[in-house]
Amino acid sequence: MAHEQNLVCFNTFGSDESWTLATYEKHDGYKAWRRVLAGELSPEQIIDEVKASGLRGRGGAGFPTGLKWSFMPKDADVQKYLVCNSDESEPGTCHDREVLRYNPHALIEGMAIAAYTMGATVAYNYIRGEFLDEPVPRFEAAVKEAYDAGLLGENIQKSGIDFDLYTFVGAGAYICGEETALLESLEGKQGRPRFKPPFPAGFGLYGKPTTINNTQSLASVPAIIRNGAAWFAGLGPEGSGGTALFSVSGHVEKPGNYELPMGIPFKDLLNDICGGVLGGRKLKAVIPGGSSCKVLPAEIIMDCTMDYNSLQQAGSSFGTGAVMVMDETTCMVRVLRRISRFYMAESCGQCTPCREGTGWLYRMLTRIMEGNGEEADLQKLVEVANKIEGHTICALGDAAAWPVQSFLNHYLHEFEYMIRNGGASIVDSATEAAA
Amino acid sequence: MSYVLTDLVKEEIDHWKTRFPEGRQRSAVLSALHAVQHENHGFVTAEQMNAVAEYLDLPTIQVYEVATFYSMFQTQEVGRNEVAICTNVSCMLRGADDIVEYVENKLGVKLGESTDDGRIFLKKEEECVAACCGAPAMMVNHKYYENLTDEQVDEILDRLD
Repeated sequence: MAHEQNLVCFNTFGSDESWTLATYEKHDGYKAWRRVLAGELSPEQIIDEVKASGLRGRGGAGFPTGLKWSFMPKDADVQKYLVCNSDESEPGTCHDREVLRYNPHALIEGMAIAAYTMGATVAYNYIRGEFLDEPVPRFEAAVKEAYDAGLLGENIQKSGIDFDLYTFVGAGAYICGEETALLESLEGKQGRPRFKPPFPAGFGLYGKPTTINNTQSLASVPAIIRNGAAWFAGLGPEGSGGTALFSVSGHVEKPGNYELPMGIPFKDLLNDICGGVLGGRKLKAVIPGGSSCKVLPAEIIMDCTMDYNSLQQAGSSFGTGAVMVMDETTCMVRVLRRISRFYMAESCGQCTPCREGTGWLYRMLTRIMEGNGEEADLQKLVEVANKIEGHTICALGDAAAWPVQSFLNHYLHEFEYMIRNGGASIVDSATEAAA
Repeated sequence: MSYVLTDLVKEEIDHWKTRFPEGRQRSAVLSALHAVQHENHGFVTAEQMNAVAEYLDLPTIQVYEVATFYSMFQTQEVGRNEVAICTNVSCMLRGADDIVEYVENKLGVKLGESTDDGRIFLKKEEECVAACCGAPAMMVNHKYYENLTDEQVDEILDRLD
């Protein structure tokens, strides 16, 4: 079955200089924003449209975008902010970088529409610091183009609408992808998540009402307004409107960022789009939405469709659409140790269960790999993970726990084998046996 | 010894300050540190952090705490060219550990160390840089290089001054 690609966020891809205003306008870019400027669309109409489209936050949590927008206070006399989260750092995820580099105007138009809808006259795009060489200048050049074309600024095209858009550049911290840590960082502080409530819609950037949306979510908005909620919702199955940007990495023949309708069967994504498992080897496991999602063994994921409901029913989640594919040669202990190292390194340190627990997980897994593990460590790993989960201010703690729980759930025998065999991997023994 | 910010850095900080409301100049700390570190070839000193604090009219601790929290800032002297090899899962699955080993052998330093001649700083185990579909990937002075092979690594590293 053929799957149509690049319908929303990547719709300029394939054109020369896909990132320019001229190219974007050839693809109906800024038509939705011009309708707003002409007074054809009220904030209420836009919120209803976005709600009906089924768009859900693509940063990982999947919260309905239109509903999130509706939480902003309606009174006009206080400064409100829109913030875009381009702090893309969930391991496996690299598609927002493509939006910033190759279709930045979709994001700018989406931000303009979102800001107008919520009565925000100022927006920041928080871009991760590592992107400062290429995505940041590319995005900033597009913002300048939009200003020069009279699409942003004060009293835009005499509409009475004001909207200023600024880039902000981070400096390397996964935790800043958590929306309140991002606000702290934007205020020039350490990126430490805030207690909630209050939620950002009440007390956000500089204490003002603020909404934070992910890059892909915002870049999807112009197409929704242009083509209608029904069109967008109809691209995917019930509960998962629109397209998703899949970052497929690991053991596949053609890794890449692919924009596809939600609900594509995993086996089509793997075989038709990505050319199958690398070297024709056998699929072992997939982390379907970035390293914070639970791992799914081949026999489960092969029957899944790539959408919120299907992956949730399978015991994992859609996450960021970052599909990490592992073939039969992959040692699951080694992968989990690397994932645990990540959460240890990225814990901001303010909650004890996360700060201490992530280190425990990593050290225990290291011990097992070095041949010094004990059977009791396996129970302890799960206990520590359970004690982190649900006991921290933000979701990083949960994200550190879920991989441990799911790897041990599905691949316990690999951990046991390593403990009983002085640190040797079951994968290596299989290779030796075959040789 | 006090350090005086250069006009170029001041200009950069002033440019960033205009993006934030009056009295919210603390928001410019990250960009100020980027600017100072860039000019100083890869790391910031206590004197430079003090100068940033003074210029932004902030307590020095507010600059120190940012400089030590974010992984892109180095507060110890390091080599002038920063090489950061991603070792997270997507890159690991495509051979990042071999690239690290190759680079360590080539340069004669371990992750987190700089070469004796001060030419290269091999950053400690780097977390995901969002180039997963081009794994294995590395950043050299913030420029991304993807689908790395040993030959490409040679070519990239040998070019550095």
